[in-house]
Amino acid sequence: MIELKHLGKTYQSSAGPVEALRDVSLTIADGEIFGVIGLSGAGKSTLVRCINLLERPTSGQVLIDGQDLMQLSHRELLRVRRSIGMIFQGFNLLEQRNVVDNVAFPLETAGEKKAAARARARELLALVGLTERENAYPAQLSGGQKQRVAIARALATRPKYLLCDEATSALDPNTTRAILALLQRINRELGVTIVIITHEMKVIDQICDRVAVIDQSRIAEEGRVSDVFVNPQSQIARELILPQSRTVMETKGGRLLRIIFHGEASSLPVVSNLVLECQVPVNIMFADTKDIDGAAYGHMILELPTDPRQAEKVIAWLNNNQIGWREEGK
Amino acid sequence: MISEMLIKLWNNGLIQRGVWETLYMTVLSTAFAYVLGLPLGVILHITDRGGICPNRWINRILGFVVNFFRSIPCIILMVAMIPVARLILHTSLGNGAVIVTLVIAAAPYVARMVESSLKEVPAGVIEAAQSMGCSSLQIIFHVLLPEAKPSLIHGCVISTVTILGYTALAATLGGTGLGQIAIIYGHQRSNDDIIWLCVLLIVAIVQLIQIVGTQIARRTDKRIK
Repeated sequence: MIELKHLGKTYQSSAGPVEALRDVSLTIADGEIFGVIGLSGAGKSTLVRCINLLERPTSGQVLIDGQDLMQLSHRELLRVRRSIGMIFQGFNLLEQRNVVDNVAFPLETAGEKKAAARARARELLALVGLTERENAYPAQLSGGQKQRVAIARALATRPKYLLCDEATSALDPNTTRAILALLQRINRELGVTIVIITHEMKVIDQICDRVAVIDQSRIAEEGRVSDVFVNPQSQIARELILPQSRTVMETKGGRLLRIIFHGEASSLPVVSNLVLECQVPVNIMFADTKDIDGAAYGHMILELPTDPRQAEKVIAWLNNNQIGWREEGK
Repeated sequence: MISEMLIKLWNNGLIQRGVWETLYMTVLSTAFAYVLGLPLGVILHITDRGGICPNRWINRILGFVVNFFRSIPCIILMVAMIPVARLILHTSLGNGAVIVTLVIAAAPYVARMVESSLKEVPAGVIEAAQSMGCSSLQIIFHVLLPEAKPSLIHGCVISTVTILGYTALAATLGGTGLGQIAIIYGHQRSNDDIIWLCVLLIVAIVQLIQIVGTQIARRTDKRIK
C-alpha cells in the first residue's frame, strides 16, 4: 500500500519559492491501477517522484507498506527503490546497451550474475512480446517497442509497484492502447500495483480503477473512475473530462441541459422516450456515452425548445424518470 | 633543392626517431592527462547543479583551479612547472620532464572535455537509473561513462591532437621530437625543407589520429545503426 500523507513540496527558484505540492494525501491500495490526471504544471510529475523519493517532499510522509521512506538511510532507500519500478514519457533507455542488456541492467546493479540477469531479462522480453528484438539497440526500435523494453526493465527486479510518468504521452493512439493493455495485463497477471500519471482522460478511462484529479498543486477530486467520469464535482475535473463544457455552442437560444447517465440500462431508449412522451423536439448537441456491461455511462447535452412551457415539460419528465441533469451555463 | 642536412638527418635515422619521440610523448602525455583529467571531469559534472551529487563548494573550487591553469599560455605553464618535474623525476630536462609539464598543462583541458561529454547524457537516463536504486558510483561507471563513450572518444581525439601540438614546444625544455628537429636543424640553420618536412609529418600524424579516432568512435556508438 502506498500512503501519501499531507505531502508538500516547495522549490526555491530565483523568482522565490514555488509550491509544487500542497497538502496532498492519497492512499493507493495493493492491486489497483490508480490514475493521477492534471494539466501540465499541476504538480503531477512532482507527485509521482515523491513516491520513490526522486524528489524529497518538504513536508509530509511517504509510506510504502507502512514504512516511512523519509526516515530510511540512503542505502535502505536504494533497496526500497528496487521494489518500485518506474517508466517515463521519454523511455530513458541506455542507448549504448542492446535490448536484453537494458532489461538486465537493474539486476546487474542489484548484484545478480550476468548470466542469471540475462535469463530473467529474456523472460521479461517474452512477457512484453519483444523476444525477437533482444539484440537490437534502442535507436532501432519504434516508440512503442522502446516503452515495452522500459516496462520489461522496470519489472526486472520483481517490483510490487510500477510508477508510470506520462508513459504513453509520446505515443500514437494505437500504440497507447496497446501499451495500456500491456499494463493492465501486468496488473492482473503479476498483481503489480500501478500508478499512472497522465494528462489524457482516455488513459484513465481505459485502465484505471480510481483517479485523483490534481490542480494547482492540490488534489481537487478523488474517487472511482466511473463516479468521477459521470459526475465530476470539481471545475478542473469537468474541464478535463467534459472538454466541450468550455466551448460556446451554437444554439437557437434554447436552454442547454447536460444529462448524466449513471449506469441506467443501456437498452432504455431515453431520448426517444422523452421525445415521444413529451411530444417536444430536443436537439442533441453533444453526446459521449459508453456501454459497460449493459449499463450506460456518460453524458449528453440537449438543447431544449425555446418555448419555456415545452422546456419545463422536458425537465419534469427527466425528474419523473430520475435521470440526472444539470443546466449548462452559456 | 634538398639540403645536405636533410639527407644526413634521414640517413642517420634522426627524422624517423623524431617521429617516434613525438608519438610516444603525445601518447604518454595524453594517457596521463586522462588519468588526472577524467576523474576531475567526472567530479566537475556530478557536483554541478542538477548533477547526481551536487556540491556547490567542491564544484566552484575545482572549476576555479581548472580555469586558472587553462588561462595560462601553455609555454609559460610548461616553464613554470619545471620545479614540479624536478620534484617528481629529479630532473628538469629531457622528455620525461616534458611529459610531466605537458600532463599538468593538458589535464584541466581534458577535464573540461570530459565534463562536456558527460553533459550529453540525458538527465532522464540518470533519473531512470536512480529510480532503479543505483548508487552514485554505479551511475558513474554503468551509466554516465558508458553512455558518453562515443563522445568521450571524440574528445580524446581532439585532446590528443592538441597535446601533439604542445609537444612541439618540448624543445624549450630540452625535449626531442619533430618540433626540436624543425627548430634546431631547420629554423636555426636555415634549412626550410627540414621545417616543411617536419610540418608534413606532423600533419600526417594528426590526420592519422583523427581518422582512426573517428572510426573507433563511430564503431562504438550504438545510436547510429
